[in-house]
Amino acid sequence: MAECGPLTIAGREFGSRLILGTGGFRSLESMAEALAASGAELATVALRRVDASARGSIVEVLEEAGCTLLPNTAGCFTARDAVLTAELSREAFDTDWIKLEVIGDERTLLPEGSELLDAAETLVAEGYVVLPYANDDPVLARRLEDAGCAAVMPLGSPIGSGMGIRNPYNLRLIVERADVPVILDAGIGTASDAALAMEAGCDGVLLASSVSRAEDPARMARAMRHAVTAGRLAFESGRIPRRLYGEASTPTEGVPELT
Amino acid sequence: MKVRLNGEPCEVREDASVLDVVAASGAEPEGRGVAVAVDGEVVPRGEWDEFELREGQRVEVLQAVQGG
Repeated sequence: MAECGPLTIAGREFGSRLILGTGGFRSLESMAEALAASGAELATVALRRVDASARGSIVEVLEEAGCTLLPNTAGCFTARDAVLTAELSREAFDTDWIKLEVIGDERTLLPEGSELLDAAETLVAEGYVVLPYANDDPVLARRLEDAGCAAVMPLGSPIGSGMGIRNPYNLRLIVERADVPVILDAGIGTASDAALAMEAGCDGVLLASSVSRAEDPARMARAMRHAVTAGRLAFESGRIPRRLYGEASTPTEGVPELT
Repeated sequence: MKVRLNGEPCEVREDASVLDVVAASGAEPEGRGVAVAVDGEVVPRGEWDEFELREGQRVEVLQAVQGG
């Protein structure tokens, strides 16, 4: 996917602006197919208690696909738990990259801003490359950037809701002020949502459920790949202004008198 | 002695190490994507063999899963 420029986070270049969350796939095979179709070069992983009956290794599948691992802190409700999970992830995956998630509400899965900021500050000080999953709040995004996060990842709407981008205005404010990459994370339902995020100037999109829980995950992954590329190309191309009235594209000079 | 392994009581020998408990958990000790915390502190992989557990300690053995 080299049609638009690379996504650069903390000095590392990724050929794809689509980051694949791996949650929700019915099998590792389904995940591998979708990953290939998506073109993503960065994919999330999580840590959970050992399940001796689990089949296959997600780490092997992702690495065979040439994918860089992005561990997350999903399921953490406090800064303390998130920091410990990041430290465990560094041990498990040999990476200091972390998708920082601190949830404040079980029903909506919306982030807990103050714990998130606390955890981000601690992890940045410990040398992590912190990619925080955040509310679509321009002030919080600024604080996270000031804390040294390598990107900010505002939500479009709650995780797994498929509700798209509920506040495009806030997203634009975040994009306009950010000096680090802005990755739209969570809420994508279908391809047009991903395109909209990119048209708003986001540097990338992170999505999981919209692909993993689609009837045909690999086909939806391909749709997302095209949507992200299309949205980025449109953003870089300078769209026409919106007008109240029509403006003819065919010359108005030289129209013949026919009757 | 008894420790807690991933929230469940687990009987181990007196001088059991973290490595013993990792093996007992069903995780592949050599595999990537495995991490251990004892009483809320990370135990680096290089210390699993020599880290001797004490009665009642809480051991979490974690592995990579899909998510995020």
